[in-house]
Amino acid sequence: MELLLDIVSWILLISGSFFTLTGALGLFRFPDFFTRTHAAGVTDTAGAGLILTGLMLQAGWGLVLAKLLLILLFSLLASTTACHAMAKAALKSGLKPQTVNDNSNSEEETSSKP
Amino acid sequence: MYIIPAVILLIVMGIALCRAFMGPTLYDRILAVNTFGTKTVLFIAVIDFLSGRQAFLDIAIVYALINFISVIGILRFFEYSSKTALAEED
Amino acid sequence: MKHVLALSVLLSAFWLINSGHYTSLLLFFMVVSVLFVAVLCHRMDVVDGESQPLELTFTIPVYWLWLIKEVTVANIAVARCVWKGADSISPSVIKVKANQKTDLGIVIYANSITLTPGTVSIDLEDNEITVHALTRETAKDLLTGEMDRRVCKVEP
Repeated sequence: MELLLDIVSWILLISGSFFTLTGALGLFRFPDFFTRTHAAGVTDTAGAGLILTGLMLQAGWGLVLAKLLLILLFSLLASTTACHAMAKAALKSGLKPQTVNDNSNSEEETSSKP
Repeated sequence: MYIIPAVILLIVMGIALCRAFMGPTLYDRILAVNTFGTKTVLFIAVIDFLSGRQAFLDIAIVYALINFISVIGILRFFEYSSKTALAEED
Repeated sequence: MKHVLALSVLLSAFWLINSGHYTSLLLFFMVVSVLFVAVLCHRMDVVDGESQPLELTFTIPVYWLWLIKEVTVANIAVARCVWKGADSISPSVIKVKANQKTDLGIVIYANSITLTPGTVSIDLEDNEITVHALTRETAKDLLTGEMDRRVCKVEP
């Protein structure tokens, strides 16, 4: 049982690290700001979720588990809010997202900045 | 077993800092700093288990709160001066 | 009144989790500070169904389970895009309609869109959410309206 828990938490920690690294790589490989927010989203949801779940399995029942759960809940809520706030502020300041399909009428929409 | 996640998180924090220095626009920098902050929270949690003392989790919670508030605060600050900030970057 | 009570219970739980010391003096401090904050929030008139959505208690766990599944699938898709490089993405801006009746429901919907990697909600006017999608597939998934329906079921 102990060994099984160790193995599962090891797998979770490693895959969480992998997703975190992937998201950080995305920060470099994606071309513009709006696509980079998606990469940051990967590190915030998958990375944080998997690593914290892996730690939770090692924590056992107690206050440590509750605190880890609190960190996970808060980081999920805060990262989405911060991500939306950044994207909205960037749009409002006149930064235009690169798009491939020009038939969508989003270009006129974004150009009507205050 | 906590060494590998800790090292990878340090590498990721380094990459995020590079993006914060390079970032072509202001918002890229803010995004990178936000990523750096959330990874710091994870790093503190992992270090907590690595040291085996489990006394740092409170610091991680406080860091998560401060990171969120600081990002929102910076955005509020630049909301009113964003035109000049973007012009300067160009 | 029940919202103030819910807030007090929540704050007490938060104190108990973070404190770790259960002496009578500290428990007394807990009661005093929780009462103080609850009275303050009540006087500021911020305690209502929006800050303490009690009606969601039993409906939202099912939605969370579905959301976790969606987030997992989307994470794998975006990770694949990262490793394939910038050629595999096709960013687009789409508009989706939020059919929820309450503000709370719309916020849950917009937040779920942002939480799922591959789609970020960048603007919200009345009932229309502007979404930036990373690839064509994620945009198509969102336009099917599955998530919209599920959030509609969740809200009171």
